[in-house]
Amino acid sequence: MHREVRVQAEPLDALAETTPVFAANAAVGGVVSFIGLMRHLNQGDPVEAMTLEHYPGMTEKALNAIVEEALGRWDLLGVRLIHRVGKVHPQDPIVLVAVASAHRGEAFRACEFIIDYLKTRAPFWKREQTTDGRSRWVEARASDVGAAAGWEKKS
Amino acid sequence: MIRILYFASLRERLGGAEETLQECPATVEALRAQLAARGGVWSEVFDGEQHVLVAVNQEMAPAGQVLQAGDEVGFFPPVTGG
Repeated sequence: MHREVRVQAEPLDALAETTPVFAANAAVGGVVSFIGLMRHLNQGDPVEAMTLEHYPGMTEKALNAIVEEALGRWDLLGVRLIHRVGKVHPQDPIVLVAVASAHRGEAFRACEFIIDYLKTRAPFWKREQTTDGRSRWVEARASDVGAAAGWEKKS
Repeated sequence: MIRILYFASLRERLGGAEETLQECPATVEALRAQLAARGGVWSEVFDGEQHVLVAVNQEMAPAGQVLQAGDEVGFFPPVTGG
């Protein structure tokens, strides 16, 4: 079982960071990865850069708790969850979720679950700078709350 | 004594990243009421319609959660990572 959870200020090489999730494990039959990128537009305004703030300590706990939950729900052979903080520019990878399993179904579901939970449970905040020199906090999206709620276990 | 941390837009609106209170309120709810009673922007943030999330010792906490001396309480807006 390969597992890596990390928050970093350095640029994220999402493709290179994906390989270790399956390297040297011949039981892996499929890898699903999600790479979240910074976009050049938000709410119709051109965005030049963005600064990601987080809650050091809690962030790592929250990310590990999400990975634990995924490991409890699906049979996985590897998980890598890496998130950028600090200043990013359009096209920069912000987050990588890479999941390996014996068969594709588990990896697809676990990957989507992890990013959906991260969006509503991990303490990161984005402040964006538009090209006309203004700066504003990015608002949370109701659709993200809905996506996470879709994974809640029915009792 | 408890340590309080403010993040993102809350930190900017309230004008500070952290503070300590000598007296520990009984619950998260009581702490929020105490902060709101400062008036001005404090009452706007903690008494208004703004959605404020709370973590106690770095885990999400409900309003009724009991506080103890030495706790770390974080207040922040809805998260926007990923």
